[in-house]
This record gives sequence, structure tokens and C-alpha cells, in this order.
Amino acid sequence: MEAVKQQAAPTARAIDIGSMQRGTKLNMANEDICLQVKDFNLFYGKKQALHNINMSIAKNRVTAFIGPSGCGKSTLLRCFNRMNDLIDSVNINGEMLLDGNNLNGPSVNVADLRRQVGMVFQKPNPFPKSIYENVAYGLRLQGVNDRATLDNVVEKSLKAAALWDEVKDRLHESAMGMSGGQQQRLVIARAIAIEPEVLLLDEPASALDPLSTLKIEELIYELKDKYTIVIVTHNMQQAARVSDYTAFMYMGELIEFGATDELFTKPTKKQTEDYITGRYG
Amino acid sequence: MSEKSFSSWVKSGAPWVWLNAGAVSISLVMVVGLLGLIAVRGLSHFWPADIMEVSYTEPGKQSEMIMGETIEVEVVPAARLKRVGVDLPEGQESAERILMKVGNRDQFGMDFRWFNSPWLGEASFPEEIISIERREWGRFYGRLVSVKQQGDLVASGDDAYEELQQRIRRSNDLIVEIKQLEYTEIGKINHGIEGIRLERRKLELDGEVLGSVKYVELNQSEKQFDLAYKKLQKQLADLYAQLNRDQMVVKMSDGRDVEMPLAKVVLIHRPNKMGIFEKIGFYGHAVWEFVSGDPREANTEGGVFPAIFGTVMMVMIMAVLVTPFGVVAAVYLKEYATQGPIIRLIRIAVNNLAGVPSIVYGVFGLGFFVYFLGGNIDELFFQASLPAPTFGTPGLMWASITLAILTVPVVIVATEEGLSRIPRAIREGSLALGATKAETLWRTVLPMAAPAMMTGLILAVARAAGEVAPLMMVGVVKLAPALAVDNIAPYLHLDRQFMHLGFHIYDVGFQSPNVEAARPLVYATALLLVMIIIVLNIAAIGIRNRLRENFKASES
Repeated sequence: MEAVKQQAAPTARAIDIGSMQRGTKLNMANEDICLQVKDFNLFYGKKQALHNINMSIAKNRVTAFIGPSGCGKSTLLRCFNRMNDLIDSVNINGEMLLDGNNLNGPSVNVADLRRQVGMVFQKPNPFPKSIYENVAYGLRLQGVNDRATLDNVVEKSLKAAALWDEVKDRLHESAMGMSGGQQQRLVIARAIAIEPEVLLLDEPASALDPLSTLKIEELIYELKDKYTIVIVTHNMQQAARVSDYTAFMYMGELIEFGATDELFTKPTKKQTEDYITGRYG
Repeated sequence: MSEKSFSSWVKSGAPWVWLNAGAVSISLVMVVGLLGLIAVRGLSHFWPADIMEVSYTEPGKQSEMIMGETIEVEVVPAARLKRVGVDLPEGQESAERILMKVGNRDQFGMDFRWFNSPWLGEASFPEEIISIERREWGRFYGRLVSVKQQGDLVASGDDAYEELQQRIRRSNDLIVEIKQLEYTEIGKINHGIEGIRLERRKLELDGEVLGSVKYVELNQSEKQFDLAYKKLQKQLADLYAQLNRDQMVVKMSDGRDVEMPLAKVVLIHRPNKMGIFEKIGFYGHAVWEFVSGDPREANTEGGVFPAIFGTVMMVMIMAVLVTPFGVVAAVYLKEYATQGPIIRLIRIAVNNLAGVPSIVYGVFGLGFFVYFLGGNIDELFFQASLPAPTFGTPGLMWASITLAILTVPVVIVATEEGLSRIPRAIREGSLALGATKAETLWRTVLPMAAPAMMTGLILAVARAAGEVAPLMMVGVVKLAPALAVDNIAPYLHLDRQFMHLGFHIYDVGFQSPNVEAARPLVYATALLLVMIIIVLNIAAIGIRNRLRENFKASES
């Protein structure tokens, strides 16, 4: 397991974050539960993509989904804010609860749900508008057009996303002129501007260079005080660095789920061990 | 060896490059050639050419003096000249024939004549020859003899020309005044009287008792209009009397004197006396008159302003109609409709609509819009003026709608293309922030697709502006009595017929009694049409490029 730890520490700072996390012993029994998945199945047409998933996601913690490509981790993530509704052929059964309420229930307004469960995608997808308007987008949707409020929220969100100092002098320039890493942090700022409960991150750093990746990881660590974060990543070192809990998925099934420290040091399943030691995947 | 080098030359791809470059150059040469030909032929018409005076002696006939502008020179082989009786000196293979515009159509019967140059005498360009642009019968060439006022001699000889110019300025001012009275003031009265007639008819239809208060009121206001009309008529008669005060006497090339009222004269100039700068100034003025003036003499003289106005107006109304319609249809097809065989069928049908011959749309427009829709509108809202149709007759609105139908597939296809090019990530980003599908469309997707919509609009405008065939059925006329916009409420008259540059070209070129006089106007009008389409397109492209700057999509 020493090997994993060494791989997991490309920079001194990342080690700090990792060791800070590991200072406290995590146990799911002591956590407030934010999201709960019960007997959840998902089908693309006739093909089953998720098999009987059961898991709980702790409030104000970072939960990482790892697993090889095509294992269903992104699909599961997209269920939390019902992004899969956009795909016609998707069918689901089982329950998915947000603070105890079924988020697939008939009375749930999808737009409201997505306001509570924000999402950041793999590729930075800023709108072709100014930096300011990108961050204000969610608020404007809710009918907030008061300049002072917007200014305030934009500044707060950009600061929270560690982007304020870089862009404060060009808030009204197009967001398309920013670097990839800046764009991704802008997208995070945009997501947290509407103060969601949960932040879903779908491989947020996979399209970025190492330095930008590091910044995003630091940001995730900062944000978990206020938000429940679920992150999908290909990168096991990243999962080890940033997350409190880790779920390992394989072929649409949840193989193992537990505190990150334990999962990486003492995996109970053979498949998990094979994956994290790099034997396949 | 050479075979090998040839095959390696083919392999290198160089022939392809040559072939492609050749195709491009041929296209370029054709476009430049087309524009060049139109421009040269059209623009040279306005140049004040020198007027030649020359004697012409056909064998066996008396010698005559000819005065006119050289229009065209062609070289004819000796054999053909021999057949018409021209004997060339030994050894000369060919000789020139000259087409001259001799003008004075009312006097000579024809204003263009061919002359065999061997029979022409020595040419001269006397400075005192005047060229008169008249309101009827085309140009007149001659020498000014005298200026008269009500038959009494005012000036003759050298002073006559200055005196004449002054008096022409006066008569032109009077004509402007008369036109103003006739079109605006009397037009208003006519409009009022027509209104009263309609009111009365309405009362009749409503079964109002004859002689009731409403009738009396109508009769009173009618009397007022009558009074105002009589006053105006007197004023007009007065103006006409003033206008007919002056005459001029001009000596034609054959020596006869002709007296001509100045009221019939638009412009007089002495091209042979003009310097180059004077000519350039005159040229600019003539071009401006062409662009801004009203047509005269069955469209073979004067300007084309009503046609320009009609074309632009029709295209703009069409654009206003077609854009929202096409965009809304495309949004439904692309964003909301379930993609399946039916939508595919609809899409194929829409694409094929673009290939339907435009005359078919004209027939459809006439049958459906004009007769059915227009007829019903008349019966519902304009019953009083029946049987005279208001909207049940070809007009600007129906022409615009017909062209909008003709071009809507272009807008739909372009908009759909634009919508499908917007990355899914952008839509998902918006949805993930709690936007509904409609909000995502409205705030993000449609603005980003705006350049594509503009592309569709550009194509639609380019097609609509050049369309003639369907317009002949649904609203274009040879000569529209009034523009679609004027100062009588409701200011924009969509029911009026209008003139169109494309139809103007056809009309002047094929329906005109005076082919030679009309020919340069065909080129000039064609050039103008091309230029208007270019201007409309440049405007649309400018807007599109600005939109593109604003909504540059993420390239990653």
C-alpha cells in the first residue's frame, strides 16, 4: 500500500491535504446522511447499466466514485440530479432519496432538484457570455436581477472558487477567453452561486493540466465545509487525495464502499484490490 | 521515364490543385465578367455623349443633315454592303455602319437609325447644339432659335440659352408644385370622399333610414370636401396657366423650326460645349435622377425609384415574416418533436419545398392568399367597398407572404443546422443550474444559434430579392400609381400593388415599344438590382459577424 500512497502524492501540498483528512477516523454510522440510494437499477433500453445499487452519501463529506471506464459511475452520478431524464431510452427502478425525499417522485420539480444538486462536467462548459453573466446565470433564472445582489453573489462565488483574484479586472469579458483550468473553476463558481446542497463533479480535472488539477483539488477540499460533494474520477490518486469516502464500481455494480483510508489500505474485495494496485482497469 | 514522371506528377496531387484552382478562376472570371458587362453597358448610358452633325447622302436621294449621338459602330463586310448598294473602293474589304440616336421621335418617326459610313460626310460637333430631355417622345436635338412668352419673342441668338435655362428652372418648380397639389392635397380629399362613400354604403348595409342625422352629417362633410376641392382646382388651373406661359423654337437638323412648350421639357444641355468636369457633374446628376426619379414614357425614361422602394420594402416585410416563422418551426423540429419517421418525413418535405419552382408558389399565392384569404378579409372587414377589392387583389402583403413561404425552408434548414451544432455540454450546463428546457433554449441555445439564423435569412433575402415569376401573380405591376408608404393614414399600405426591379428589367426589356432606348436601362436596372442585393447581404452578414463575436461557442 505504500506504493499507492507514493503515487497519490505528486506534490507536497497534496500530501498535507491527504494527511489532514486521515487525521480523523471516519465512520458512516456517525455521519448525517444526505443522499441515499436503495435497490437502484438503471437500464439503457434493454441493457442494464446499474445493478441494484445501495449506498449512502454523507453530508459535508467528499465521496469519490472510482472504477474502470464504462462501469456506470458517471451514470449513477447523473441520477442524483436526474440528468439522465434527457436520454429517452433510460428506465430506472428503485429509490433515490435526497434528505429523505424520493427525488424521482412525481411531485418533484426537476428544475428545483437541480438547483439543490449542482453539477460540474468533465469538460469545462462555460456559456459564451461574460464571466459575470456566467456566474449570475443561475440567479437570473430564479428572477434575481438586482445589481447589488448579483454583484455580491458573483464576488462571493468567484472567491469561493479561488478565481476572484485572477478575473476581478475582467468580469465583463467573455468567459471563452479563459484557460481550461480557469473555465472549470468558473463552472464551479457558477454551480455554487445558487448555493446547492450537493455538488456533483463528473471527472472535473480530467481535461486539465496538473497544476489546474491541483487547484481544483484544493478547491474541493475547501468546499466540503459547505457542500456535500460527490466526485467521479478515473484517477485513483485523486480519489485518495480528496475524498473521505470512496465507492468502487465495476460493470454497473457497487463492489465496495467505505472510508477512503480503509478502502485504499485494506480493501475487502479482491476486485477492489486488483483495481487499486493497477492490475486491471 | 516520362511516363513514370507523369504518374508521379498525378500522384503528387498537383493536377488536383490545378483543376480546383482552374474551377475557381473560371467562376471568378464569369462573375467579374458578368458584373463588368452589366456595369459598363448600364453606366455608360448616363454619359452626356457629344452630338455629331454630319451630312448623309444616299445615292439617288437628296443629301440630308443628321444630328445625333453615336450609339454603336459595327464593321460590315463589303459583300453585304454591296447588296444594299454601297460600293466600296477597290481593295477595301469592309466598312463601318453606325447606329445613331437622332432623337426627335415625334418629328422623324424613329429616333434610332443605322447609317452606312461611306455615305456620311465630314462630321462636326458644333457647340451650340442642344440636347433636350422631354417628358414625352424622348430626346430632341437641334439648335435653339428663340424663347417666347405667350407667343411674344423674349430672347433669341446668344442670350436665348441663358434665358431658356432660367425659364426651365421656373417651369420645373411649377411642376413640382403641381405634383405636390395633385398627389398630396387632392389625394387627401379623394381619400376623404372615398371614406364618405364607404360610410354611406355602410349605413345602407346597416339599414339606416335615408335622411337620418348620420346621412346629413355625411352630406355636410362631403360638401366641405367639395368646396376644398373646387378651391384646389382653381389653384391648379392657375398653376397650369403659368406653366404654359413659355415656349421655345428649335431648329432641327433638317432645317425645320419646331415650337415646343417649356412645360414639356425636363432638362436642356449642350454636351458639345461641356468640359470633362462639367460632364462628370452632369453624369452624377443623371445617375442620381435614375436612382431617385419616377419612371416616364412606359418606363423607358426617367428613374426607377418606385421599383427600388418596392423591392426593398417587399424583401424587408418578407424577412420580418419569415425569420420568426422559420425559427419557431426549426426549434420545434429539432428540440421538441420526438425524432422519428414522421419528423424525418416532415424534414424531407421541408427540404423539398425549397426545390419547388417559384412560379408554383405564385399560383398558390394567387389562389390561396389573394382570392381565398384576401376575398374573405374583404367580406369581413371591407364590405362597404365591395365589389372593389381591398385585400382580395394582388398587393404588397400577399407578395411578401408568398415569398416568405418560398424561402421558409431555407431558414428552417439553416436554423436546424445551427441548433444541432450547439454542444450538448452547454445545454446540460444550463439545465444543471436549474433551468427548464424553455429557459435553456431562450437564454443560451437560441442566442448561440443566432448566427445560423442570420445565415438562413441571408440566403432567404438573396433568393427573394431576385425572384420575379411569382411576384407577377401576387402584386407586382408595370407602373404603380403610388408608393406603399405615404402620408395618408395608415401610412403603410400593404394592400397596394408595387413595382419591383426584377420585373422592371423584364418589362423594360421585353414589353417596351422602343427597344433601342430601353436596352441600356435594362443593364442599368440589372446593375442596380445586383447592388441592392449585395447591400442587403452585406448588412445581414455584418449583423451575423457581430453575433458570432458575441456568442463564440466553446471550441473544446
